[in-house]
Order: sequence, then C-alpha cells, then structure tokens
Amino acid sequence: MKDVSIGMFIAVFEEIFGAGLFWGMVAAAAAILLAFLYLIVRDHKLESRRFLRAELWAPVGALAAILFVQFWTNSGFTDIGGPIDVIVLILIGSAGAIGLTILAYVVPSLLSGRRSA
Amino acid sequence: MLANRRQFLGLSAAGAAAVVTSSPARAAKIKSNARIVILGAGAAGTAAANRLAERLDGAKITIVDARKQHLYQPGFTLIAAGLKPANYSVSGTGDWLPSDIDWIEEAAAEIDPVAKKIVTTGGKTVDYDYLVVATGIKLDFEAIEGMSLDLIGKNGIGSVYAGPDYAAKTWAEMDRFTETGGVGLFTRPGTEMKCAGAPLKYTFLTDDYARKKGTRGKTEIIYAAHNKTLFGVPIVNEKVRMLYEDRGFNTVYDHVMKAIDPGRKIATFATPDGDKEIGFDFTNVIPPMRSPDVIRNSPLPWTDKWTDQGWVEVDQYTMRHRRFPEVFAVGDAAGVPKGKTAASVKWQVPVAVDQLVAQIEGRESSETYNGYTSCPLITQVGKAMLIEFDYKNNLTPSFPGIIAPLEELWISWLMKEIALKPTYNAMLRGRA
Ligand SMILES: Cc1cc2nc3c(=O)[nH]c(=O)nc-3n(C[C@H](O)[C@H](O)[C@H](O)COP(=O)(O)OP(=O)(O)OC[C@H]3O[C@@H](n4cnc5c(N)ncnc54)[C@H](O)[C@@H]3O)c2cc1C
Repeated sequence: MKDVSIGMFIAVFEEIFGAGLFWGMVAAAAAILLAFLYLIVRDHKLESRRFLRAELWAPVGALAAILFVQFWTNSGFTDIGGPIDVIVLILIGSAGAIGLTILAYVVPSLLSGRRSA
Repeated sequence: MLANRRQFLGLSAAGAAAVVTSSPARAAKIKSNARIVILGAGAAGTAAANRLAERLDGAKITIVDARKQHLYQPGFTLIAAGLKPANYSVSGTGDWLPSDIDWIEEAAAEIDPVAKKIVTTGGKTVDYDYLVVATGIKLDFEAIEGMSLDLIGKNGIGSVYAGPDYAAKTWAEMDRFTETGGVGLFTRPGTEMKCAGAPLKYTFLTDDYARKKGTRGKTEIIYAAHNKTLFGVPIVNEKVRMLYEDRGFNTVYDHVMKAIDPGRKIATFATPDGDKEIGFDFTNVIPPMRSPDVIRNSPLPWTDKWTDQGWVEVDQYTMRHRRFPEVFAVGDAAGVPKGKTAASVKWQVPVAVDQLVAQIEGRESSETYNGYTSCPLITQVGKAMLIEFDYKNNLTPSFPGIIAPLEELWISWLMKEIALKPTYNAMLRGRA
C-alpha cells in the first residue's frame, strides 16, 4: 500500500461508520475515558471495591465484542487460520473487556456521586 | 480539589484542541487555467477528478462518462457468493464528483491527441491541454460464440463480471448447483483482465458452499487455466496450485473458452491440441477483456503489444503517454504489465496527478508507480490471503511480519469484508 497514514485510516473509518457516527463514537469513548480519569483525580484513588465489581463485566464485554464482529461479518471461530487471527481475536476481546469495565466503573460512580473512602 | 479539577479540565481541553489541529495541513493550491479532460468516471477517473480539484485552483476540469451508476466492482464477488445484495455495489456517479467540475453525461466517441480534443457521442467537441484516460475495460462477451448477457442466470450459466444484477443471478445458479452437485466449470480469458484473482476466488467459494451443503462428494470442480499457470506471480501460483490440489480441483492448462452451447451445456476451448469440449452443470463465464472501442480506434494504444486488446501506451512508472506527453492513462485502461485492480488505481492516481501537476508547474515529479497490485484472494467464506505484489513479482505486504500474504487468514477476510469498500470510497474522494 502506498502511504499508510493516520489521515487515511481516519478517512476509512469515516467511510465505514459515516463521519457523524464515527466522531460521535470517538467523542463518547473519549468522554468515558475522561470521566474515568476524572473520578480517579476526584477520589485521589481507584475505588478498589467498585473496580472489582466493574471487572465482573469484563468477560461479558469481551464475548460481546467478539460475537459482534462475527455477527457483523460472515465469519466465525472456525475461520481462525493463523497466529495473527488469534491475536486479533484477543485484541477485539480485550477492547470489549476494557471498555465495558471502565463503563461499569464510571456510570455507578457518577450516578451515586462522591463516596467517602 | 477545585484546582485539581480545573487543571484536569484544562488539560483535556488542550488535548481535544491538539486532536483538531493535527489534521494534515493542506498544501497550497496551484493556480492554473489548464483545461483538463478526464475520460471515464469509474474508480480511477473519479479519484483523479477529486485529487486534481484539490490540487489546482482555476483549472477547468471536465469529466466525460455516460454511466449514471457508479459500480464498486470488487463487491461483485460478494454478491455472487450470496453475501451481499446487488445494490451493495451501486451508487451514483455524481455522488462522488467534486462540485466545481463539469460532468458531460455522454461517452467519448473520438479522441484526437494531435489536435488535443475529444468528441462525445452527442457530437460535443471538447479541447484539452491535458487528457486523463480512465475508460476501464470492455467485456467482450461476443468473442465467445453462443454467449450473450441474457443467458446469465439460466441453464447453469453465470458471470460474476457482468454487473451487480448478473452477479446476483450468478449466485442464484451457484446456490442451486451446490444443492445438487454436478460439474462446475471455471475459466479465465486469454487476454489481460481486471483482478486476475477473481476467477480463482469464485472457484474456491463454490467449493466452500458445496462442502458446507454436503454435496462436494457429488461435485466435480474443473478449472481451465488460459496458459500454463494459475496466477502470474510465480510464488503465488505455487501456493494456489497447492490449494487447488488440497481442495481436489481438476485443473486443465492452456484452455481458452471460445464457444458455449447453453442447450447442450457444453463449452468449447481452444487448446494447443485443437478444440476441446467440456460439459458443465454450472459455469462462471469470464469473457476476453479489451479497451473500449474509442481507445482502440484512436492513436493511443500500444502498436507492438496487446494489439488485440488496445491498452494505452504509457510509461509504466509515470503513467504518462509515451508519444503524447500531455496524455495520461490510469486504471484498467493503462497499458502497464500489471495493475488492473482498484488497489493499483489507489497508487497510480496520486502518481499520475502529481506528474500532471508538476508538468503544469514546470517541475519534475519524483512520484512513480511500482506495479503495486493487491488481491484479497478469498479461499472460503471467512478466510482469504492478502496478496500484494509489484512489477518484479516481489511480494510487497503492507503489514510485513504481521499479516502473512500466503496464509489463509480470518483477518484478511475481515479486511475484504469490512475495510475494502470504505477504503475504495475514501480513494474515490481522493483521501486514500
Ligand atoms: C468481479 C470483479 C472483482 C474485482 N475484485 C477486485 C478486488 O478484490 N480488489 C481490487 O483492487 N480490484 C478488484 N477488481 C477490479 C477493479 O474493480 C477495477 O480494477 C477498477 O474498477 C478499475 O477502475 P477504472 O476506473 O480503471 O475502471 P472502471 O471502474 O471500470 O471505470 C471505467 C469507467 O469508464 C467509463 N467509460 C467506458 N467507456 C467510456 C467512453 N467511451 N467514454 C467515457 N467513459 C467511458 C465507464 O462507464 C466507467 O464508468 C474487481 C473487478 C471485478 C469485475
């Protein structure tokens, strides 16, 4: 491929989702991440009990992400053909796991307001 | 605490600003009053129009194409495999064109590169300073005796290449065939062709469906290669040969389809030992491919190469015509040894555009095309090989050490199914 650039990847993602949805999703992800960081700054720490509870969502997020990709494309687990495919599967799963964990930490924390340690 | 919060918000605002301003700075436009005519608003013509409009200020750009529908042709394979509907490949030609250029909705009927003008089918004469030829390929179904478009979708005759609706009809026949079994006959033409991997892909896909439906035992798959190889790049050819053996295909070499008898379901092939007949219950007819007549009847084609096909005589590195330096050819129309794919278009167009703009500015361009071609070679639904190569038959993987080109991988399938059309669309807009 000629010139693999960030600009090209952004252009491709805009075509996949439409510019509005793509930047909306980027903004949503950024907002959730910022809220997560904000909570840590506010509480001066990661609330370990809440985080532990949030982590229970990780496997759900991982499985959901993998099944979503398989549902969206005409492919399944039997199409895994080499090491990179396993890595891709793990990456998709990790993205789902981390995303849902952070979301599960942020939402109840923001809803319940500040907790004393 | 408050200070902390404020610092934090300030920091995130700065971060957001950095994201917004880091979008690539656009180079200043070149002022020019050049008249540029582009023939063909397919993949290459549209991408060229957008890039030229982006680079030039004041130039008069005219694109000539009678076709109102834009066709995303790599999607035909997915349509013919029952994975996408026919409209997956169809959009409007005008949807992709920049607003400040002229689109003449007629075909070009005549090209005079000496007088630097073209004439349209409606009789309009358009003078140019620069001409970009992007007229693609004419599918020469008439060259196969007994073949015509209305046969597609009946009597086991399919043709993935013929268009989105024909690809859908081909799927209906392939679906029916793989329910019952019989002889599946797959071919490729003896001429140059767009996406030389596509005939192979469709053979693999039919095999995959027969296996999944449990009819592979009752199915014979015959692949008739036009010469002594399955693919023009030796290292890829060997891999495909191994896969064909693994899948149990019967391969015959030096067979070029010359006639088809839909009633008797027999195809006739020209071979070094004379004509041979092969019967079929399902076949994917891929006709010989040539330049459209307007090119073949003009002085633009090579005179000592591809004389029965008429590809435009361009320098294989700059895409500039070897005899008429203000003429460029990009995409399938270009007479270069490799590169009749959309993936090649993606590389050729920025090169040709930079060469053209440099010529306007009176400078030398250092941009060149190296023959890059890519083909996500589907080997079953869900797996493909991401094959990329250049003029020298070297493999040129975009993700070396990460995505192995000669392995049947899920990630390569994901790229074909998810990323290829968006990448193609971004290319049309001149953004990829
Ligand atoms: C079944 C199939 C599968 C494919 N798979 C892949 C793939 O997986 N990957 C890949 O990279 N590529 C693939 N391709 C190839 C790819 O689609 C083409 O290489 C690409 O479209 C070439 O672009 P182009 O602009 O040269 O031609 P086109 O996109 O065909 O456009 C040519 C245009 O010229 C116009 N035209 C013709 N005659 C005239 C005239 N006289 N005057 C004015 N205009 C005229 C036509 O109307 C058309 O709009 C595939 C193609 C097919 C058919």
